Amino acid sequence: MNRLVSFRSKSRIGTTPCSSSFYARLLGSSIDASRTRSTANASDSLATVSRCSSLVPARTLTGSSLFGSRNGSSARLSNLTGHGGSQGVARRFCSDAAAERESMEYDVVIVGAGPAGLSAAIRLKQLCGEKGVDLSVCVVEKGAEVGAHIISGNVFEPRALDELLPEWEKEEAPISVSVSSDKFWFLTKDRAFSLPSPFDNKNNYVISLSQLVRWMGSKAEEYGVEIYPGFAASEILCDDNGSVIGIGTNDMGVAKNGSKKENFQRGVALKGVSLAFSGNKMIQCCFMRAIKLAGRVTLFAEGCRGSLSEKIIKKYHLREKRNAQHQTYALGIKEVWEIDESKHQPGAVIHTLGWPLDQKTYGGSFLYHMSERQVAIGLVVALNYKNPYLSPYEEFQKLKHHPAIKPILEDGTVIQYGARTLNEGGIQSVPYPVFPGGAIIGCSAGFLNVPKIKGTHTAMKSGMRYLLHVLAITVFVLLSGIPASSSFCINEYKKKESQNVRSKELSIKSFLCFCNCPGMLAAEAAFGTLLEGSNLDSYWTTLQNSWVWEELHKARNYRPAFDHGFIPGMAISAVEHYLFRGKSPFTLKHGKPDHEATNVARSHSPIEYPKPDGVLSFDVPTSLHRSNTNHDHDQPAHLKLRDPEMPTQVNLPEYDGPESRYCPARVYEYVPEESGQLKLQINAQNCLHCKACDIKDPKQNIEWTVPEGGGGPGYSVM
Amino acid sequence: MKIMVAVKRVIDYAVKIRVKADKSGVETQNVKMSMNPFCEIALEEALRIKEAGLASEVVAVTMGPKQSIDTLRTGLAMGADRGIHVEATGDLFPLAVAKLFKALVEIEKPGLIILGKQAIDNDCNQTGQMVAGLLGWPQGTFASKVVLDKEKQEVMVDREVDGGLETLCLNLPAVITTDLRLNQPRYATLPNIMKAKSKPVKKYTPEELNVATNSDLEVVEVTEPPKRKAGVLVSSVDELIDKLKNEAHVI
Repeated sequence: MNRLVSFRSKSRIGTTPCSSSFYARLLGSSIDASRTRSTANASDSLATVSRCSSLVPARTLTGSSLFGSRNGSSARLSNLTGHGGSQGVARRFCSDAAAERESMEYDVVIVGAGPAGLSAAIRLKQLCGEKGVDLSVCVVEKGAEVGAHIISGNVFEPRALDELLPEWEKEEAPISVSVSSDKFWFLTKDRAFSLPSPFDNKNNYVISLSQLVRWMGSKAEEYGVEIYPGFAASEILCDDNGSVIGIGTNDMGVAKNGSKKENFQRGVALKGVSLAFSGNKMIQCCFMRAIKLAGRVTLFAEGCRGSLSEKIIKKYHLREKRNAQHQTYALGIKEVWEIDESKHQPGAVIHTLGWPLDQKTYGGSFLYHMSERQVAIGLVVALNYKNPYLSPYEEFQKLKHHPAIKPILEDGTVIQYGARTLNEGGIQSVPYPVFPGGAIIGCSAGFLNVPKIKGTHTAMKSGMRYLLHVLAITVFVLLSGIPASSSFCINEYKKKESQNVRSKELSIKSFLCFCNCPGMLAAEAAFGTLLEGSNLDSYWTTLQNSWVWEELHKARNYRPAFDHGFIPGMAISAVEHYLFRGKSPFTLKHGKPDHEATNVARSHSPIEYPKPDGVLSFDVPTSLHRSNTNHDHDQPAHLKLRDPEMPTQVNLPEYDGPESRYCPARVYEYVPEESGQLKLQINAQNCLHCKACDIKDPKQNIEWTVPEGGGGPGYSVM
Repeated sequence: MKIMVAVKRVIDYAVKIRVKADKSGVETQNVKMSMNPFCEIALEEALRIKEAGLASEVVAVTMGPKQSIDTLRTGLAMGADRGIHVEATGDLFPLAVAKLFKALVEIEKPGLIILGKQAIDNDCNQTGQMVAGLLGWPQGTFASKVVLDKEKQEVMVDREVDGGLETLCLNLPAVITTDLRLNQPRYATLPNIMKAKSKPVKKYTPEELNVATNSDLEVVEVTEPPKRKAGVLVSSVDELIDKLKNEAHVI
């Protein structure tokens, strides 16, 4: 019989004050209360987040190991976070060497499901299909879904997509709005002057890159690529020779203080080691053996300032390898509005220069009319700005009030908000993209064409190039048989290269006739290192032979010209564009790295920004709510301070805490503590993963590391 | 003993909701969907019971359009053994869901049904109760603690009620709906996600189960809640009383 065992009367169950993950958020409200959805409440809860973070000091350490050895025991870097607490203790953190993590093996591991990563994956599977072999490809993505962390203008040049998926139109890619008009304005406070548009967007489309990437994700899955959103690659795994063999995903379920929660899950190691072995044909057999050697391929396609990519660049000295300069960046802040039908002109493209930025700050805005009454508007501010009081977010809010822009947005509503940094370094800053075990593709290397303001097509192409190359060359080399001929083959290949024959033309069919399998085994031994050597040079060479390089080369001088000021910049750009047409004999260099460009606060005065009016301009919490960003609150802060004292000792007194201004998500706040002293509070939960802090912090004290997978913004139309 | 767990595909809790321009509903196109958080808790509880050796199998059930299968796969990745997808287009109100459940129970014959207390999109809080009613089974709703006794074929459920906590003892088979504090759901790990791809999912349609899903309810209009008005600063108590009396009409 069912019976009532006991009825214990209790006062209302206590609540945890600071929480805003779904579970914790509801604990505070009454038991049966349903979730409220109004904007006001949501921004309240976000505000609660920012206040609450100061109540729970995040004394967390990370076991982020750069060179994890195979059996998991590795020297762990322990970092201290800043809630100002000077607990200088390096605590071990969920990183018992004994806690062996599971490992999964693939032929190719790609970090990041963006345009570059997905293009690489799709291309690889296409090649497999053509040659009748099977390679396992795995893509890990830190966003909760494919496309969730993708944000871009975007006026899309379909050049690379035409090569990758020529049937994109038939297959209903979300590319439908052709550019219908192309305007270029110079803004002053009250007026807009029309200038001749330097862009040629005739055959381009206005799209939402997030939507396109989602579509590419579904295409990739059709090809058999395994995509795992919600998993953040946090660690690079290397073997004893120092080659990269894969990545490790984040441990999930770690509490703020570093202890394991009840749903703790150790991260997984994804290794690029070939397992596949298909078919009985000797030829295929050779091919597979070939891949096994070059098969440990890990591609980093993390986007601009990718956390692991930066580590790789440092570890293998990839910038020094080709005497590249440092990378320079800009911060883009964007909103998508739904506007009045009468004001909507699908395909209209507007770019502006000038106001609200001053002569010394490079940047401009964009306004693109998408489909379905949606309009994308954003401001891009170069991060080498000098005034520490500048707030790119507030400048963007000001922009929307301009008399030429206000009428378009009036009576509209904001659908989404987001922000992301982008590269502006061009060809001068591209590092050597190949390292033992893989390559860096897309914006992580930095192929954005600054004057064109387009980086999607070059990112996609860079992804495609690498794989085509690896396969072509490995097959050629291995199938060519007997040991003695190994060096012969390499020379043959190099000869062909110097004749400028592109790898595409070194078709596999012609190599199959070399089939001479007995030599295979000996060949393997000889080719082990040989293969590595030839890969490295070849990818680089083919990249430089491709249209990516040609484009970037033509575009190389525009951005550095502006380092000399607005007028000189415009003048040099005009000369480049109309006179030299990209064939100029000189290559301008970049100025100081972005973080060194900030002047001290005393040489500037604070900027008074107007208050948001709630119709056109908004405060940060309201905007943040529109980005759908969230992280599980009970996890260690992913923004780490190398020196926890530096904010109060350097950032605040000398630069007046610029991070509290440039961060588009209000992650960094200086709040007074009991003694009245201001202390840095890090609201990591708000983070939009834009990486501005990693770039702009004057002493490079802030390190952006990847939080638990699945967190971060939720862009769907950006 | 088999445990059946209901999971629902809803708009993710962190997404900002927008009402459709024609006010017929909420914008679901291009919006992130995920498993209802209460359903995650329900599934986690079922998995714990199975891991304690008190159940043999956990079956995850979802009802909805074609894409609901993604949610089912997540459930399988968390550890459910089998999945059942009742494919139904159009709105499914709680009574229809309960009737479909009853039909499935007659096929599967589970010993325990666990559901989330409510779905975060409609906040109905009805399905679990209706299922118990249709089946004539005892129910323990808003469970914050569940303890199964296999020999006695009973389950002790701590319920979160307005006055505090109430502990009930239910005979099996029973229906339990879960509340927040029951457990912390586990993450689906990569290897499990891979394994989930090969776990069996059986499909049904309402017609096959002989259930009519038409409803007496019709959604007439969906509107946003009124925007919170700005407050007004008053300069004196008299002014306050005046406003309360004459403007707000509360005294």
